[in-house]
Amino acid sequence: MIGVTHYVALSFVLFAIGVTGVLIRRNLLTVLMSIELILNAANLNLIAFSRHLGDLNGQLFAVFVITLAAGEAAIGLAIIISMYRLKGSVNLDDAAELRG
Amino acid sequence: MNSAAILPWILVFPLLGFLVNGLLYLISHSKMGGKDAPGGPHGSGHGDTAKNSGHHAPGEEAGGHGHEIPFAGAHTVIGPAACALSFLTALLAIVAWWGETHGQGGVVATLGTWLPMGENATWFGTKVLSVDVAFRIDALSAVMLFFVTFIGTLIHVYSVGYMGHDPGYGRYFSYLNLFMFAMLTLVLGANLPILFVGWEGVGLCSYLLIGFYWIKDFAADAGKKAFVVNRIGDFGFVLGIFGCFALFGTVDFERMFALAAGDPGRYAAGGLLTAVCLCLFVGACGKSAQIPLYVWLPDAMAGPTPVSALIHAATMVTAGVYMVARCNLFFRISHVWAVESAHGHPTTGWLLTHDASFVVAVIGCATAFFAATMGLAQNDIKKVLAYSTVSQLGYMFLGCGVLAFSAGIFHVFTHAWFKACLFLGSGSVIHALSGEQDMTKMGGLRKLVPHTFLTMFVATLAIAGVPGLAGFFSKDAILGETYAAGHPVLWGLAILTAGLTAFYMFRLIRMTFYGTFRGTPEQLQHVHESPASMTVPLYVLAAGAAFTGFLGIPKFILGGDGTFEKFLEPVFVKLPAAFVLEAHELPHATEWLVMGTSVLVAVLGIALAWSLYSGAFPFAIPSRIAASLGWFYRLVRDKYRVDELYEAVFVDGLIKKGGRLLWEIDARVVDLIPNGAAAFAVGLSNISAWFDRTFVDGAVNGVGNTFQAAFRGMHRAQTGRTQNYALTMAVGIFGFVCLYLLLT
Repeated sequence: MIGVTHYVALSFVLFAIGVTGVLIRRNLLTVLMSIELILNAANLNLIAFSRHLGDLNGQLFAVFVITLAAGEAAIGLAIIISMYRLKGSVNLDDAAELRG
Repeated sequence: MNSAAILPWILVFPLLGFLVNGLLYLISHSKMGGKDAPGGPHGSGHGDTAKNSGHHAPGEEAGGHGHEIPFAGAHTVIGPAACALSFLTALLAIVAWWGETHGQGGVVATLGTWLPMGENATWFGTKVLSVDVAFRIDALSAVMLFFVTFIGTLIHVYSVGYMGHDPGYGRYFSYLNLFMFAMLTLVLGANLPILFVGWEGVGLCSYLLIGFYWIKDFAADAGKKAFVVNRIGDFGFVLGIFGCFALFGTVDFERMFALAAGDPGRYAAGGLLTAVCLCLFVGACGKSAQIPLYVWLPDAMAGPTPVSALIHAATMVTAGVYMVARCNLFFRISHVWAVESAHGHPTTGWLLTHDASFVVAVIGCATAFFAATMGLAQNDIKKVLAYSTVSQLGYMFLGCGVLAFSAGIFHVFTHAWFKACLFLGSGSVIHALSGEQDMTKMGGLRKLVPHTFLTMFVATLAIAGVPGLAGFFSKDAILGETYAAGHPVLWGLAILTAGLTAFYMFRLIRMTFYGTFRGTPEQLQHVHESPASMTVPLYVLAAGAAFTGFLGIPKFILGGDGTFEKFLEPVFVKLPAAFVLEAHELPHATEWLVMGTSVLVAVLGIALAWSLYSGAFPFAIPSRIAASLGWFYRLVRDKYRVDELYEAVFVDGLIKKGGRLLWEIDARVVDLIPNGAAAFAVGLSNISAWFDRTFVDGAVNGVGNTFQAAFRGMHRAQTGRTQNYALTMAVGIFGFVCLYLLLT
């Protein structure tokens, strides 16, 4: 029987992949997708515990997070397009103007 | 109509005349494109003869001028009409005033408030000046008002003929109207500041009209000289006004006189009133050309002759006498106080410093004498009359100085007639000779200009003091009062002056009208009697010179009742018994003797002049006398070189050398103050700059430096790489979560 532990483990793996992607990948699109992974890991956690505890609030939160992720993707993609227009690339290393 | 309502209208007409004439002139002037009346003596054919005469030859040769004077007709009507209307209004006002007060008091017309401080207003405990725009008529103003407007009108009419061909015709009439306005303000002013406004106004007009032919240097210079010398006097006058305000807290005549008459001892104490009187007299010296400020009047003859007659003989120059007579109360109190105080130590020196009226008498008498001697050696017909005017003004002050104010004013009144007549007569002669003023180039004009001769002869008899004519009565009144007041030396000098006056006046008559003509044949051909507009005023003035004296026949002559003196009596405010002068009554025999002496001296002077300047070429004997006198004659001819003295002492010495001295003082002493202040300020700012640099900048920079130092260590953390931040964040979150888990 698949228990809550399995979901949490899957969620952990997804989260770890997402964080690693954010930290090591240089392509902005990949970073954005990695952020989606982190968000979905959180969603999975929320839904699993909602089912496990019999509390619908978790599922409600998951819906909120999906909405938020959609907005985040829209803004993120817009930033990526702007950056491409400005720099001719979507490499994160090319956007280091704030270096002190 | 009451007189208070009429009074302002006397002033309105000349002011309107000034504005209209001035505007018309400006309009025509701008149309002519600035081709002004270049103010030049236009002698047309005679320009050469006029070249050093300072006089403009208003010849009949209008053709020579080429262009018509714009608005000439309008100026001819408006100028004299403004003055004539003023005269009629003045007559109305005098009649109304007489009806209201029977000559016993004054009527004041207050138009408004000039300096509106309120009657008893104070400012930090001191009284505040409050001045009304107010005009006042009383016996003294009425006398002045009458002859100023009447003679003014005559001279306006005369000017129509005399100035008719001058391109500055409109300018001339606007100035003349403005003068009438200012003079009437002076005469009618109900307080010292209003009087002073008129006083300065006539000074301005005098300046403008002396410099009327401004294109000529000497005319412009004479104007400036008159202006500057008058300012010296005005300074004294202003101090006098301040003094009056300080003493009485008001400058209104009626209030000042009421206060002074109420408690004369209080105001006289310590010589305060004497100081005020002396200051006022300095002003009078400037305006009325007394020693030492008389030097401007002879030069003032650079103006047109009618101006000399109106301003520099009949009206404006008597303003000083009028002012002294107006303030007679102060002089009387000052005199009585000085005499009272002098009881312990009766020296004249003490009197000289403490009795203002004695100073007035001495200055007046000295001026009368010295100006008369200067008149002896002048060859310019107008200069002789100018010195004569200075001399006669001296007589007037002598009268005021011996506290015979009504005699002084009487002489002002009669002098206005005969001196205006003489000046206008000389103008007529100059006119006839197309600008010639040198008497050595005249002669034999008696038959050629008969009307001028007749009128001038009458006026000369009057000024010489021939019994029965105006000058005789007024001059004799002054001489008699001087003798009665106990000043035999002044009296002797005045008698001598009377002889000199008779001499130089008949010298003038003999040189001008008798003998043979000494000018060029061309001039002789052009000689002509003046038009009626000039001769009619001459006749009117000559009649005045002959008959106005009968207004003041002294009491001791049969039928005489001292009308003039009685008329003026209310002007002399009554003083408390302690301050009333004992009237000096002379025995009739003495009075006759005094009068006889003056007549004798006058006759002697006339006879001497008549015999010395006789024959076809009347200079033989006088020039021999002059030669035998040597340097003394030259000194007199050069007017005692007073102008040169002033030039050396004041212009050269004071202004140039003194200017250098002042500059040195300024640079070395006065500048210490600003320089010291500057050095102090520099020192102070150095201190504050040090404070600024050390503490204020230190604090600001210290904050900055602190942050910079902190940043130097930390700036490597800011790589600009997003993922470094993200890593830091992730590690931080991981660390905090671990910490949380460990602690719980």
